[in-house]
Amino acid sequence: MDFDAIVVGAGPAGSCAALELARAGKSVLLIERGPFPGSKNMYGGVVYPRILDELVPQWWEEAPIQRWVTRRSTMIMTPTQALTIDFRSQNWAAPPYNGATAYRPDFDHWLAGKATDAGAQLLCSTVVTGVLRDAAGAVIGVRTDRPDGDLTAKVVIACDGVNSFIAKEVGLYGKVDAANYTLGVKETLALPKEVIDERFGVRGREGVDFEVVGCTEGVNGGGFLYTNLDTVSLGVVLKLPRLAAQKKRPEEIIASFKKHPAIAPLIEGADLKEYSAHVIPEAGYKMLPKLVGPGLLVAGDAAALCLAAGIWLEGMNFAMASGMYAGRAAAQAVTRGNTGPDGLKPYLEMLNSSFVLKDHRKLQHIPHLVLSDRVQNQYPAFVANIVERMFRVDNPAPKPGLRRIVREERKRAGIRWRDLLSDGWTGMKGFS
Amino acid sequence: MTAFRTDWGSISFDDRMSTSEFRIHERAHIVVDGDACRGCSTQECVVACPARLFVPTSDGGVLFNYEQCFECGTCYLVCNTEGAISWNYPEGGHGIVFHQT
Repeated sequence: MDFDAIVVGAGPAGSCAALELARAGKSVLLIERGPFPGSKNMYGGVVYPRILDELVPQWWEEAPIQRWVTRRSTMIMTPTQALTIDFRSQNWAAPPYNGATAYRPDFDHWLAGKATDAGAQLLCSTVVTGVLRDAAGAVIGVRTDRPDGDLTAKVVIACDGVNSFIAKEVGLYGKVDAANYTLGVKETLALPKEVIDERFGVRGREGVDFEVVGCTEGVNGGGFLYTNLDTVSLGVVLKLPRLAAQKKRPEEIIASFKKHPAIAPLIEGADLKEYSAHVIPEAGYKMLPKLVGPGLLVAGDAAALCLAAGIWLEGMNFAMASGMYAGRAAAQAVTRGNTGPDGLKPYLEMLNSSFVLKDHRKLQHIPHLVLSDRVQNQYPAFVANIVERMFRVDNPAPKPGLRRIVREERKRAGIRWRDLLSDGWTGMKGFS
Repeated sequence: MTAFRTDWGSISFDDRMSTSEFRIHERAHIVVDGDACRGCSTQECVVACPARLFVPTSDGGVLFNYEQCFECGTCYLVCNTEGAISWNYPEGGHGIVFHQT
């Protein structure tokens, strides 16, 4: 065997896996298909690196972050209205921090550097084109697009992203259903730092995180806006089959989001610096593949470990944690000399007893609810109209009671009580 | 009502794509089966591809480009016609290179 372990993909999952293996004294090769780690990666723009406390103590002193999120706004939008729940906390402006905006090419590159500092070998500009298997079908290495590019290892960890050709080749996914995926498209928009500070009401390295529902032109999904130092990341996430069915182009949906009266003043005069796109595994627990194969572990987006649960939109933390546990389980298996399915099974136990699968299990009904037609297309107008009528002064008519407003608006929105209660119940149960 | 300048949102698609860096390899990493596409009435790839790489032709087929591909996978995921789009990654070190994403 050439290595104890080969990790495919130097994103957050792969780098944490390689870091853990290298620290355990194992020989590990980290393969990246881009010219540098992070070069193929984009996301909305916020990372919650708490899990790094375990791997890189005081990570906030060196991680290449843009701003610390101190302001979180959730916005319910219709073409002419916006209801915002705006929260800010100065507790998130100081160590140990909470969320941060960061550019993935910077952040992922930095994290991969932690793995190589610990002794992992990094091989960039190399595509893994398939796995090598022994006579019994166990994975014993990878084939790459380099000349004489076959490389063998006791364990292979697939951190090859949302399209994971490795997990699919080994048969860990069932039928791939487009309905489990969303397309994220975003614009990195340039604005001077002082303009961002002024428009978003922040100072220094403080930043904002806006999540929006009801801004995607009837295509199920959502919008986001995050502040970096001298750019803002603005984009939309769109449910794939609906995007195709509704014949709306992604960039047109972004353009209409940008023109919304609640958004336009925030980005006025900003020039497009970079346009990007990526697919997200958005269906949560229900779409998880098998996470362990013979000689193989899967982590991060490749394992569909991504949480799109409305008020929580997280992926990198699940990638870093699952990668870390995969690396830890692989190192232990190599030490024990048992890299068969039994030897690798502790990976599942680690995931099950950590937030990785606990959160996914607990919130398993939420992604479907958040992307449902009612939440997407009926509730935003229902809620916004109730608030509009509460604040509207209809003199000489006296103020209507809240109960009457809700009753009338529910009727106008065409929402049945049954559905409202059932969605409310699903939400309550799912979040509690 | 104050009119905010919104024209920067409507830059041409070519200008939009020129903000992303692509290190193009001579080998196409997307292959489309022309016959399968001519029989497809929905052509989801044409609408959904964020890089607009798929263009319908007058004879009902689909022309495609591979050069400015984000490598996201949308096209093969939305495709309703089994085997119409063969998709893998470009050669190591080639394709999309993100910077401030």
